[in-house]
Amino acid sequence: MTADRSPAVQAIGLHASIGGSHVLQGIDLSVPAGGVTALLGRNGVGKTTTLRSLIGLVPPAGTVRVLGHDVAGWPTHRIIRLGVGYVPEDREVFSRLTVRDNLRLAETGPGANYERVYELFPELGQRSRQLAGTLSGGQQQMLAIGRVLLVDRRVLLVDEPTKGLSPKFVSEVVEVLDRVRETTTVLMVEQNVHVVRRLARQVVVLDHGQVVHTGQAAELEDEDLVRRLLGVSA
Amino acid sequence: MSTFIAITISGLALGAVYFLVASGLSLIYGLMDVLNFAHGVFLTLGAYAGWAVAAHLPQQNGALFLVTAAAATAAGALVATVTELLLIRPLYGNPVGQILVTIGLDLALVGLLLGGFGANSRSIQVPGWLTGVTDAGPERIPNGDFVALGTGLAVLGALTWFLGRTRYGIIIRAGAENRDMVRALGVDVGRAFTLVFAVGGAAAGLAGLLNSVVFNSGLVDPMQGDQMLIFAFIVVVIGGLGSIFGAAIAAVLVSLVQEYVTFYAGGGSGLAQLGNISVVLVLAIVLLARPRGLLGRTA
Repeated sequence: MTADRSPAVQAIGLHASIGGSHVLQGIDLSVPAGGVTALLGRNGVGKTTTLRSLIGLVPPAGTVRVLGHDVAGWPTHRIIRLGVGYVPEDREVFSRLTVRDNLRLAETGPGANYERVYELFPELGQRSRQLAGTLSGGQQQMLAIGRVLLVDRRVLLVDEPTKGLSPKFVSEVVEVLDRVRETTTVLMVEQNVHVVRRLARQVVVLDHGQVVHTGQAAELEDEDLVRRLLGVSA
Repeated sequence: MSTFIAITISGLALGAVYFLVASGLSLIYGLMDVLNFAHGVFLTLGAYAGWAVAAHLPQQNGALFLVTAAAATAAGALVATVTELLLIRPLYGNPVGQILVTIGLDLALVGLLLGGFGANSRSIQVPGWLTGVTDAGPERIPNGDFVALGTGLAVLGALTWFLGRTRYGIIIRAGAENRDMVRALGVDVGRAFTLVFAVGGAAAGLAGLLNSVVFNSGLVDPMQGDQMLIFAFIVVVIGGLGSIFGAAIAAVLVSLVQEYVTFYAGGGSGLAQLGNISVVLVLAIVLLARPRGLLGRTA
């Protein structure tokens, strides 16, 4: 049996600026197909900008390859339609639309599978007619993840999926991502080292807009390394 | 009392026309943040298209007036679509450029109309019943008022259905809230932008025809759109930028105030403009009390 060894997502010399600030300063990143790669780093080092650059929400300079396509300069919707899902930091659900309409927006192709979403997050099914803005933070995160899982994705970019959630919702989100990683390549920004240890196979650490470390998630058992790279204790 | 009812119906009919113009402006701003100063000329071109088609029809009756109305609507939609594709699309994210290019387009198209048809008004052929009146007790209500009012309500219903029930409507509402996230779900927002322009232009084209037929004695002239645009902008601001229901409420408010003041306080020749001035006063009061308009979104 031969496996496709080409990375699912790759950035070479990726630069990006926001409002005149040069945030990404030559990111070299390779996300292998399958499993979870965690993107780590202190606040403000460019993790979110990296995800947004990969799908064109922040205009990138440099090479960006997604599922074998050179996508730098492509409009965002075209990159997404390659089979990419994006769960943003702070959920960004459409507060004035119902849960159902939030999901419906993600119906960009055939094969929308509402049953799968409602099976993963039963609460979304019960609240399908509720305005998304009236959901709790945890429920909004379920919706943000649920809507990208409405159709099959080959790559998922997830930005801080457990940020600000209660332990109950953290467990639920982790369980879903655990199931998703069996069939989908996941690039995940996450501050919670325990979640990273549980889900990730590879970790990439950013600092000052550059990759400063790439290794196996198991290395995060080394508390000195964690403290040195992330400035937190594990 | 009966005069009051007649003026109220006339005000509501005028409000329906204001709503047709303002709804497009409001939708375009709500989704795209584009202040479209060429919207008035979409209205004028719709009226001219109606005039041109009606002139080639053998005899006007109800069915053929629908053809005339369809031509006006289609002309507005077509011009708006071409405007979005050729002029607005390259200028997204450049509000000053958009304002300049839409003002320039308005001036250019009005100039072309003046050059092509002259400054004199043209008369649209309309069915006889449309210029007739309906006896309502001692008052006689122009049939055109009922047509304008019915059209306004039908367009409000259609837009409500479109925005609430269709996928494109959902995209438009979501895009007004967070455009980037709509893109990040794989939606081609550019198509929605073009569609919104087309819908806005269609409503403006229809408004142009109704304005000529109901409020301008069936006459079409090159400046009618720009005159209407001022009131449409006032309606949009009072209603709240981006809100269709806000535009509907504001259109009724503005037109009723305008009609009542014009009739009851401005009947004398020296006070003929009092109705228009009162509209500006309403705008000032609403903005002082509620800066984002009646139903507008917060910045």
